[in-house]
Amino acid sequence: MTFLSTIKAAALSAAMIVSVALPAAHADEQYFPLQSYRVGPYAAGGTGFFGGFIDYLNLINIRDGGVNGVKLTWDECETQYEVERGVECYERQKSHAGAAAWNPLSVGIAYAMIDRITADKVPLITVNHGRTDSTDGRVFPYVFPLLLNPYSETSGIVNYIASKEGGIDKLKGKKIVVLYHGSPYGKETIPIYELLAQKYGFTVQQIEVPHPGNEQQSQWLTIRRAKPDFVVLRGWGVMNPVALKTAVKVGYPVDHIVGNVWSNSEEDVIPAGDAAKGYTAITTQASGNSYPVVQEIVKTVYDAGKGNLEDKSRIGSVYHNLGIVNGILNVEAIRVAQEKFGHRTLTGDEVRWGFEHLKLDPAKVEALGAKDLFHSINVSWDNHEGEGYVTFQQWDGKKWNVVSDWIAPDWALLRPIIEKSAEAYAAEKGIKLRTADDADAVTSN
Amino acid sequence: MTAITSDFFSAPVLPKWVAPVLLLAFAYGVVPLIGSSYLFEAILLPFLALSLAGVGLNILTGYAGQVSLGSAAFMAAGAFAAYNFDLRVEGLPLIGSIFLAGIVAAAIGIVFGLPSLRLKGFYLAVSTLAAQFFVQWALTKFSWFSNNSASGVIDAPRLSISGFALDGAIGRYLFALTIVTVLTFLAHRLVTSQTGRNFIAIRDNETAARIIGIPVLKTKLLAFAISSFIIGVAGVIWAFAYLRTVEPDGFDLDRSFQILFIIIIGGLASIRGAFFGAALIVVFPLGLSRLGGFLLGDLFDSGVLDMSQRIVLGALIILFLILEPDGLVALWDRIRRRLLFAWQST
Repeated sequence: MTFLSTIKAAALSAAMIVSVALPAAHADEQYFPLQSYRVGPYAAGGTGFFGGFIDYLNLINIRDGGVNGVKLTWDECETQYEVERGVECYERQKSHAGAAAWNPLSVGIAYAMIDRITADKVPLITVNHGRTDSTDGRVFPYVFPLLLNPYSETSGIVNYIASKEGGIDKLKGKKIVVLYHGSPYGKETIPIYELLAQKYGFTVQQIEVPHPGNEQQSQWLTIRRAKPDFVVLRGWGVMNPVALKTAVKVGYPVDHIVGNVWSNSEEDVIPAGDAAKGYTAITTQASGNSYPVVQEIVKTVYDAGKGNLEDKSRIGSVYHNLGIVNGILNVEAIRVAQEKFGHRTLTGDEVRWGFEHLKLDPAKVEALGAKDLFHSINVSWDNHEGEGYVTFQQWDGKKWNVVSDWIAPDWALLRPIIEKSAEAYAAEKGIKLRTADDADAVTSN
Repeated sequence: MTAITSDFFSAPVLPKWVAPVLLLAFAYGVVPLIGSSYLFEAILLPFLALSLAGVGLNILTGYAGQVSLGSAAFMAAGAFAAYNFDLRVEGLPLIGSIFLAGIVAAAIGIVFGLPSLRLKGFYLAVSTLAAQFFVQWALTKFSWFSNNSASGVIDAPRLSISGFALDGAIGRYLFALTIVTVLTFLAHRLVTSQTGRNFIAIRDNETAARIIGIPVLKTKLLAFAISSFIIGVAGVIWAFAYLRTVEPDGFDLDRSFQILFIIIIGGLASIRGAFFGAALIVVFPLGLSRLGGFLLGDLFDSGVLDMSQRIVLGALIILFLILEPDGLVALWDRIRRRLLFAWQST
């Protein structure tokens, strides 16, 4: 065989492989572009969340052979929680066919993507965070701050503090300090704390911790001088354990610190050691691995050696469970959309319709093996949050213990504020408010 | 640092303007036809913005010899100023906002350039850090700058010039390319003028420059002003044309270092150097990341890949700076000379 003919043979066989492989790749598949972050200051959140998300997608593929036979695929692009990397990843991954939804888990990246995904008509999921006014589906058709937007979280925390004090009228004259992360995510709740303080008559002082937050001596000295009744920790990543340790150093009682939904994980308290004992935080999904769906992931995915977490002790941790819940929400939205549009690869707009009809009541949640993992969700075309319930858990030094029932935030109070903000955005951008009929018009190609 | 780049030594075959004109013809005529949205959004737009920032810093650091770690602050000042002019001044055309934003950045540059009259080298670098921290702090602290937006992130306005919308990827690319071309041309004219020679004189020997009658004070502040103007406009491109959101965190100290590395790697005291450096800093990590993902994506998760890319990138930069301390421009000229020599001797 001459050199040339060797090359010819190689080229031929390569062509054959490609031609065989291509139709297989175009069989019904739904693709998740994952703008994940596994390095950088927020890696603990990223690995846990995306680990749980991927584990759940794997479970659906292995156990059920996909969603009604449509296989779920994904690939990861590292963002390090940086906006320009997130944008690069978006541009890189969007050319892939059959994208279901974007889940960047970063407010900064989500903000930069709103125009782009709206033009491309693919949903953007910001579970438990995001831009609050994107709850208003009239203005933000493709953005979904599922389960809990920042305002609902704030309302839940204030209600919890009120219950500790013995009623909402007891808040009068109290002082609350909010220690927030110096990022778009951290600043999102500044106006709503001010508003609730006015409404309920407590005073609020909001103190910023510059990103990433590994030095907080001066902030906590200010807190010591202010002597607040409660400190709300609106942290992220390394900022949280540092806050708890510094609180102990300046002598602030840790059981009067309430963490928000991104300050509620094992990765936030374990590095703080004993300083975290007695710390309470809000959550939408309980931690622990006793829930049937988590058990199935252990059995089906991890025992087959396909688990995503390197450290198996993190199975059932807060971020891992949030990833699983996020997986459930995404997969169920696809299922809802498939019932309407057929069991095939859906367009982004069809998946958007699925999210807008995503209704999981407690019975359905139980059927999915997630009873007590999260409460319920009820998304509609104009409410993209879906009325998620919250609960509070306290760290005992080894694990989180739930210390409250499922609490409903004060949605009726928040909705007008959200609508006003969304309408202002619509006016600024020249967006026409969507109606229920517009929401039912779906692009299928 | 060489006095002026080694253009002196390259045997000219064609007039000097031919290469840039051909390049521009390609960038305007061919790239928009063949480029994908990924090429514009993820590669060319950040490349153009950072190149322009590099050109600006090179005037200050490469030509006038004043080290600055405040570049990102001037970018932020430009971006926020343009946003506010656009928002608050009725009927001001986009170009007007951008020009005024450059002026604002220049004014801030002059203020933070004042210590350069007494401080040199590392000490000056540390004092420009003050600009970096102050500007970022002020933009975060006073929500007026971000039009009282809740999260401190603002959406860039729509780009349009006399009613002609430039919102698509290609439109924004052409918009950025035009601004970068104009400012780069002006910068090139500046450094070959008497003022440019004054910059170099101050850089090489301040006392000697003073003796031959160069107004040191005025020239240094001029360098700060011009440099900050260009960097401010680069900030506008970064925020308006590339990311389309403006947030102070995007302009942190890392970005200042990135711009400094661009001119060191590209070549100090060289306009072309900024473009070479930006190309390396922007494109190379992307290429590496895609190559890594393509070859090893199935074996390792994205975190491991990203870490190893950083190691490779760092090692390459060290290796490269040892082999060619004068930057990519010097390397490019050497290769070109060799090729010319080989071609002429045949």
